[in-house]
Amino acid sequence: MRKITVKINGEDLSGEVESRTLLVEFLRYTLGLTGTHVGCDTSQCGACTIHLNGAPIKSCTLLAVQADGQDVTTIEGVADGDTLHPMQEAFRDNHGLQCGFCTPGMVMTALGIVESHKGDALSEQTIRKELEGNLCRCTGYQGIVKAIAAGAKAMQGGV
Amino acid sequence: MYSFEYKKVSSLEEAQQAFAASDDGSYLAGGMTLIPTLKQRLASPSDLIDLGGISDLSGINLKEGIVSIGATTCHADVAASPDVRKAIPALANLAAQIGDPQVRNRGTIGGSIANNDPAADYPAAIVGLDATVHTSKRSIAAAEFFSGLFETALEEGEIVTKVGFPIPEKAVYKKFPNPASRYAIVGVLVAKTVDGVRVAVTGAGPCVFRELAMEEALSSSLAVDAIKDVEVSNNGLNGDIHASPEYRAHLVEVMTRRAVDEIS
Repeated sequence: MRKITVKINGEDLSGEVESRTLLVEFLRYTLGLTGTHVGCDTSQCGACTIHLNGAPIKSCTLLAVQADGQDVTTIEGVADGDTLHPMQEAFRDNHGLQCGFCTPGMVMTALGIVESHKGDALSEQTIRKELEGNLCRCTGYQGIVKAIAAGAKAMQGGV
Repeated sequence: MYSFEYKKVSSLEEAQQAFAASDDGSYLAGGMTLIPTLKQRLASPSDLIDLGGISDLSGINLKEGIVSIGATTCHADVAASPDVRKAIPALANLAAQIGDPQVRNRGTIGGSIANNDPAADYPAAIVGLDATVHTSKRSIAAAEFFSGLFETALEEGEIVTKVGFPIPEKAVYKKFPNPASRYAIVGVLVAKTVDGVRVAVTGAGPCVFRELAMEEALSSSLAVDAIKDVEVSNNGLNGDIHASPEYRAHLVEVMTRRAVDEIS
């Protein structure tokens, strides 16, 4: 076992992990941050997407020890207290979720899409392409794509 | 996943020492293949030596007609690099088609080529653009680097440090991806270089290869018409549930034509 400290949602959090502990296991089972989901556990579905140093990655395919000393944002760090982030609000407004299991990963990926296309208008085609790494087993993609377009717009200041 | 010792190193020397001191060590870069492999218990290294902390292994620079990409540079950085997009847009496009955005934020060029998956994209660029692979010990020409299915010229403990791509006159990469995994069922990179036309094929065979009949036909005229009668043999090509050898051979012809059409 070794002690690691990861800056999670702005706060330095520590815990004891084995070398083989995955980051998502550390988040969920050591820290109790269960907003990050495990869907496939084979780096395909994207339900476990978090931001590592600002970039969306799949936390089921990163060792917790690799995140030692790094900066992580999870879905729990997105809202401002009880006020939803504009992207989360957009998911609610546009029926961007059905069962909701994939939603944390979808929102984290959506924030990554907005960040990596800063200043560009987001086309529906771009959003669909950038969602390659996230699966929704309810197949609710129409609402998700609409939500991301609306969320991106809201984040850029226009509603 | 079986247990292992994890070591994060901050220099090449430290990495090689850790490797030499281990029973059955393995280097870890982005981990996009290695970690899933460990999870499935298909590998059980005694030690995992994380190269992610060696800062001078990462980065892109453009100097004297060569685009150099550090081994731990992730695919997303290659795809977004203004230098790469300007000098070799085909290379940026290729990097932008690997896996999905989350994978591109972790996966590295060095890891990809050291693993040499038969359906990986980068080998087509290394061979098609006649790149040089630099390692902790030496420089290896593209023609010498990939030696077979998941096999390379890398020796025990040797680490890829960077890849140098000479800038071609023109190049295009065309890929027919598996719609689920995004791996190349067939990917073809066609390049016009000062030394002639090169056609490199990934995904189709056990290892990347040059399609010499296509190259010969294109050397006199870089046009779709020049290759309309060139047939690609399915001898030795991969067959699996996704595509038969015959279908892959056909896809090599189609992807080459599409690449040539775009280049000319």
